Amino acid sequence: MSIITLKVNGGTHTLDIDPSTPLLYILRNDVGVQGPHFGCGLGQCGACTVIINGAAVRSCITPCSAVRGEITTLEGLAKDGTLHPVQRAWIEEQVPQCGFCQNGQIMNAKVLLDRNPNPTDAQIREGMAGALCRCMTYYRVQAAIKRAAVSLAAGGPVSDKGGLA
Amino acid sequence: MTTFTNVPKQVEALLEQCSGTISRRKFLESSGLLVVSVGAAAVAGPFAPSANAQAPGPYPDPNFLQLDSWIVIHQDNTATFYVGKTDCGQGTGTAFRQMMSDELDIAYDKTTCIMGRTDITVDQGGSGGSDAIQTDGWPMRRVAAEARRVLLGMASTRFGVPLDQLAVSEGVIAVKADPSRRVTYGELVGGRRFNVTLTGNDINATTGAATVKAVQELRIVGQSPQRYDIPAKVDGSLKWAVDVKVPGMVHARNVKPPVAGAKLVSIDESSVRAIPGFIKVVSKGNYVAVVCEREEQAVKAARQLKVDWQKPATPSFPASEDLYSYMRSATPTSRQGPNVVGNPDAALASAAKVVEAEYDVPFQGHTAFAPAHAMADPSNGQMTIYSNDMKSYGMRSGVAQFLGMPRDQVRVVWMEGPQGYGRTAADDAGFEAAFLAKEIGRPVRVQWMRHEETGWDSKGPAFTFKIRGGLDARGNLIALDYTAQAADYCHLGYNEAETVLIAQLMGTRRATPDAGSAGTPSNMYDIPNKRTATAVVSLPLVWETPLRTGNLRDPNGPQITFAAESFIDEMAAAANADPVEFRMRLLTAGTAEDSGFKRARSIAVLEAAAEAFGWEPRPSPKPLDTGTILTGRGIAYTFRSQTVVAEIAEVEVNRLSGHVWVKRLVCAHDCGLVINPEGLRRTVEGGMLHSLSRALHEEVRFDTEKTTGVDWISHPSLRHADTPARIDVVLVNGDPNPNRPDLPHYGAGETVCRPLIAAVANAIYDATGVRLRRVPFRDVRVLAALKAARV
Repeated sequence: MSIITLKVNGGTHTLDIDPSTPLLYILRNDVGVQGPHFGCGLGQCGACTVIINGAAVRSCITPCSAVRGEITTLEGLAKDGTLHPVQRAWIEEQVPQCGFCQNGQIMNAKVLLDRNPNPTDAQIREGMAGALCRCMTYYRVQAAIKRAAVSLAAGGPVSDKGGLA
Repeated sequence: MTTFTNVPKQVEALLEQCSGTISRRKFLESSGLLVVSVGAAAVAGPFAPSANAQAPGPYPDPNFLQLDSWIVIHQDNTATFYVGKTDCGQGTGTAFRQMMSDELDIAYDKTTCIMGRTDITVDQGGSGGSDAIQTDGWPMRRVAAEARRVLLGMASTRFGVPLDQLAVSEGVIAVKADPSRRVTYGELVGGRRFNVTLTGNDINATTGAATVKAVQELRIVGQSPQRYDIPAKVDGSLKWAVDVKVPGMVHARNVKPPVAGAKLVSIDESSVRAIPGFIKVVSKGNYVAVVCEREEQAVKAARQLKVDWQKPATPSFPASEDLYSYMRSATPTSRQGPNVVGNPDAALASAAKVVEAEYDVPFQGHTAFAPAHAMADPSNGQMTIYSNDMKSYGMRSGVAQFLGMPRDQVRVVWMEGPQGYGRTAADDAGFEAAFLAKEIGRPVRVQWMRHEETGWDSKGPAFTFKIRGGLDARGNLIALDYTAQAADYCHLGYNEAETVLIAQLMGTRRATPDAGSAGTPSNMYDIPNKRTATAVVSLPLVWETPLRTGNLRDPNGPQITFAAESFIDEMAAAANADPVEFRMRLLTAGTAEDSGFKRARSIAVLEAAAEAFGWEPRPSPKPLDTGTILTGRGIAYTFRSQTVVAEIAEVEVNRLSGHVWVKRLVCAHDCGLVINPEGLRRTVEGGMLHSLSRALHEEVRFDTEKTTGVDWISHPSLRHADTPARIDVVLVNGDPNPNRPDLPHYGAGETVCRPLIAAVANAIYDATGVRLRRVPFRDVRVLAALKAARV
């Protein structure tokens, strides 16, 4: 066990934990966020995605000791009670079926749009390759990403990593 | 006005109360459960004193013949509906609210809905069979109509005017002649009981004295309010079954046998005793689990525990590449049929052309997006299980039997989880959590690991088919001889204490396996001479096997329809006929009574799909393209229960790689009265793509002792790159009297899974002239078929 400090969604958490523990378990069981989900524990499905330093990180295979930087989870996307344009697009497009994978879809879409505000269909397919869905909502996910891109271009909130000029 | 959250947030309140973070009184207020207790000991359901989370039990069944079990009106003129269903992600909860709000005459956004919690919602069986709207929607509509009738009666008494002089709108009843005389539902009965007894021999027949509205009077049904559950799924605030935590809770992980049928010899507990937080290894028979204080400790302990197993002396099953030859040579464990119409042998003997084909479909897994999970709390000598089991009521009965507890001492709190689709109707984790909680005497959370879920979940059965058909000289299909075999012996029941995996592993299972079933095609084709026969075969290992079969979304439908509708396409090609025209000829030839207008509606969906696609009549295959990409289109049609669908796939086949991309899908869908069109469209899209995943990727692979697909690499699923560029969903009302006031609402979901694989196979044939008769159509298999045909 050792003392680890994690910054999550603007808060700071100092924990006495086994530093090799995958970040996902600590986020869910100690920090108390529930956006990231366990899907495979193998970094294959995207359910556990969090954003660290602008990158989509698989928290199920990331040891806590390896985390450098602030962690943003699904709960942290909204600012001052206003949903992120990606989240709004998700509601407008009524994307989820069961919704269990949608953390991975939304967080990966957010990173994709931060890096490429106007992705082509091919770039969306490529950028979202690691986000699986077993209800097969892919068609609506892709539509929602395009919808969010339009919304962001029209002056939605600028991302924290400056993905939008 | 009360700001309504949604069902999950109501469950969240329950959990917060468990954790002691909100007061009991606040919980009762927020959930509409705070009532003046009158004769409370005699009732169960929403008004029962046991309805709060910390109630010591017992938890008797809510009485479905009491209106108060279904609907609670609050003082602020809002309503909560309590229904015995669960939502697997298709938005059925929203649809229930629409139907019940409409009949009650209250605004949709003034209502909420609680589902699947066995101690406070009536037992409608949970979800399954796409029956939520078709079957369970009726008692929901009738009890809501009854509540409206009773409220009107109260207003009539209050104002001293006859019923026909009252008007009701959005929960407010007014005297027509003097609208200033008005009263809200909340003022009439808010927070109090109706005390109205309903009638009905079973829950599906539940009714009051009121009649439901005509279709023309429905205002909310047919609209597309957004699903109430989606915002919390998008902002991260939803509490899922995986999120349940209560004080004192510990974590468990299973240790599965390394190969099927292995027997436990010994466990070396010292191999994990040093792990911090280690509590106990629990084993009984061949069931082994480790329990630790923290989740990561349990994961580590399960991985580290040294267990000696004895492998079975003989192979448990053929390797997956040998499966079909094994099935074809096996002696069936049971047979159904043959059912014979006309004289198929004579017709085939006299046919101008006879076609014979064999088709194979592998075992396909549920491979839920997240593994099985549940949390069981044994407090107060009762057992409360938090679970995403789609049939929470069955889990309650099954766990009670499994643990030898009275049913009244067990309750299941249904919460959302990764897709159900049958897997959670034969749930495992709830039984395991309850067993371990009883053993440990503390709340236990169980979650499977990915390799367990992919390897050991229940499977849709493998099928082999042999079909012969005969054409007369004019190209009419005059004879069909259909045989199907399913590897479905020992098919799992729903949450059965005697067949659930933990019971198998512990050795407490029953002796006799379920017979299983195969099945015959569902279509309205008029074929004068026909024979259908089915059989079930068994693999060598019957119990304690990762190839245990269970209901997978539209059980057996995709397999059977792949064979049946591929074969119809083969006959169309043999007749040199357009595939749509050939099917239309078979439909329009029918003269038998058209029960449920399924023949008329079949014709309507075929026409609608062809029109939406822009189908140009011509026989398949089309002349071979010269480039690398070969394109084609294929159609398939079927029905399930009363819902009729036709689907068209447009494909691109890469001649060099064998890769198939389904570029476009069209579905024409007739499920009668549509409750929520936009919700239905998304359900259709998801269902079709689920079958597309089964068409292109999914196959349970195994050697002779274990499944070898254990993750998303070794067991691939559909991905973003596979998504069609365009999907058109056409909602059809093919009823001969489309405006009839009693147009039924049929079950919408699973039918769309059924014809898709055949549509893709038929499109590949159209593009390449190569008929793929074995699922899935992986690149390597398609390429081999193209090369063999010198395409």
